Amino acid sequence: MKTNDVILQTGTKVVFFIIFLFSIHIFFAGHFAPGGGFVGGLLTTAAIVLLLLAFDLKTVQKALPFNFMIVVAIGLLLALGTAAGSIIFNVPFFTHAFGDFYLPLFGESALHTAMIFDAGVYLVVVGSTITMIQTIGGDS
Amino acid sequence: MINLLLLPIILPFFFAIILLFFKEKIQIQRALTLIGLVISFIASVVLMSVVKDNGVQSLTLGSWPAPFGITMVSDMVSVLLVTTSIVITFFIVMYSFISIGKERERFYYYPSVLFLLTGVNGAFTTGDIFNMFVFFEVLLMASYVLIVLGGEKKQLRESIKYILVNVISSALFVATIALLYSVIGTVNMADISVKITEIGQPGIITVIAVLFLLVFGIKGALFPLYFWLPGSYAAPPMPVLALFGALLTKVGIYAITRTYTLFFIHDLSVTHELLYVLSILTILAGCIGALAYFDLKHIMIYNIVIAVGVILFGVALMNESGMTGAMFYLIHDMIIKGALFLLIGIIIAITGTSNLRQMGGLMKTHAPLGWMYLIAAFGLAGIPPLSGFTGKLLIVKGAFEAGHVWGSIIILASSLIVLLSVIRIFIYAFWGEPVELKTTNRRAYRKMIIPATVLVVLSIVYGVGSEWFVPYMSDASKVLLNPSLYIDAVLKE
Repeated sequence: MKTNDVILQTGTKVVFFIIFLFSIHIFFAGHFAPGGGFVGGLLTTAAIVLLLLAFDLKTVQKALPFNFMIVVAIGLLLALGTAAGSIIFNVPFFTHAFGDFYLPLFGESALHTAMIFDAGVYLVVVGSTITMIQTIGGDS
Repeated sequence: MINLLLLPIILPFFFAIILLFFKEKIQIQRALTLIGLVISFIASVVLMSVVKDNGVQSLTLGSWPAPFGITMVSDMVSVLLVTTSIVITFFIVMYSFISIGKERERFYYYPSVLFLLTGVNGAFTTGDIFNMFVFFEVLLMASYVLIVLGGEKKQLRESIKYILVNVISSALFVATIALLYSVIGTVNMADISVKITEIGQPGIITVIAVLFLLVFGIKGALFPLYFWLPGSYAAPPMPVLALFGALLTKVGIYAITRTYTLFFIHDLSVTHELLYVLSILTILAGCIGALAYFDLKHIMIYNIVIAVGVILFGVALMNESGMTGAMFYLIHDMIIKGALFLLIGIIIAITGTSNLRQMGGLMKTHAPLGWMYLIAAFGLAGIPPLSGFTGKLLIVKGAFEAGHVWGSIIILASSLIVLLSVIRIFIYAFWGEPVELKTTNRRAYRKMIIPATVLVVLSIVYGVGSEWFVPYMSDASKVLLNPSLYIDAVLKE
């Protein structure tokens, strides 16, 4: 019997975006400050778990219509692809490339392929934790 | 192509990821698994020829200098094991098409098998002790999935035991690496070997050696630590059991062999004497188990334990004959265990029971199966032209050279008991009065016997053509007995 969780739901709608943005911040900060793909992924999961607590499983699945096993697979492919790109250039596996680039909006930025690897980690963490929670929480 | 030695690890991993996209499409999964294994096999054979021609191959990931990055090392030992693992997985996957069942195939069976192979190949190839731990976890996670997949009551019960034992041994593994790191200050295996030589193996290193024996002894089913194995291995369906029996304990054996030939070589009278005694006890315990049961699976599972003892006995001798024999026997045992598990799987599928007392007379209805089983059984026991002979001969020769007369007598006596235990299966299942069989699907039977037959033929080739394999095996034992070859290849001094 769910009666009146207006405050919880309204609060969640605001707080979700704050947590999500913070997780993205943590993800991008990983190279020079504490953070990275793993905690970033866990924080995103935490945001989604908050949604799950405030609403029910079906609503959240409608809002985020991904198959999270596929998210895991894409994350693994990203990570493996970044590491295996070195095979094409005939340098040892996992050799990263980096450099300074001028981007239109951000100006002078240092880009590093380690970030793509981290994005893979991020997707694997989000995908696997959400799969666990959905599987334990769901009836099917 | 300097990344060649990583391909047998990356390719199964890549195909396992791709399979995650095709959960419901069983045909695509089967086809992709086979394609992936064939490509990995080709890569590993190319790698083997490179290692044969140019010696030990090493690569430090990320272009870092040697002791600072993760080094992957492919010497003859590891490349032989990697190739054999891929071949056996290929045939077990073929066998799974018929015997594993649609329900399991739909729930990530093939990706789990490929992840298991990734972990096994990685553990064989790595040159970094912590990376070895990570690959152990990769293969263990996949094996947890495989052991529980299907969710039968027995599987659930035994998987809890299996996971509990392995979690404890993994924690011990981490603690041991931490201890080693605090003493030595490095996790690169070649570098560890150099540093231990510098300080001349004081008592604390010997303690760490014993701790490693404890950790890998649990993984590889050494005498007092094999208690979990019979129950856990009897629970999962036959192809999974064949995969575990052929690959998993061998990773533990490999790890003991590697650490006891590369790290702990300065105080043989303690560490290797202990290994020697434990391997003899392992053989005895396995023999008792193999004779005690009337259950096909349990007889075979205790034969795994015996083989672990025999191989580690060869390793403990630390002389050339013993080491070459151990390598011969290790590869032989992987092939023949794969073949035997597949064959008894067929017997169980035909008779519908694994109890020896409830079967008989299969020779009248399934003669080819009987002959294949007989050849594999003789091969396991080591009857001369077949594959078990050369390895055991060399191990016994090494034992006489090292003056361990009683050890070699026990090895020879254990062969008789192995023969007795497997021939008992033959006598009960294939001779005597035929029992009432439930009607089986002949086509499924024919499809299942093909991979098993090919594995038996492979083991015959391996036995008859031992002469071709001698150079490979002596290369392998040369690297194991001269750590400097390994160290020079990694540190490039």
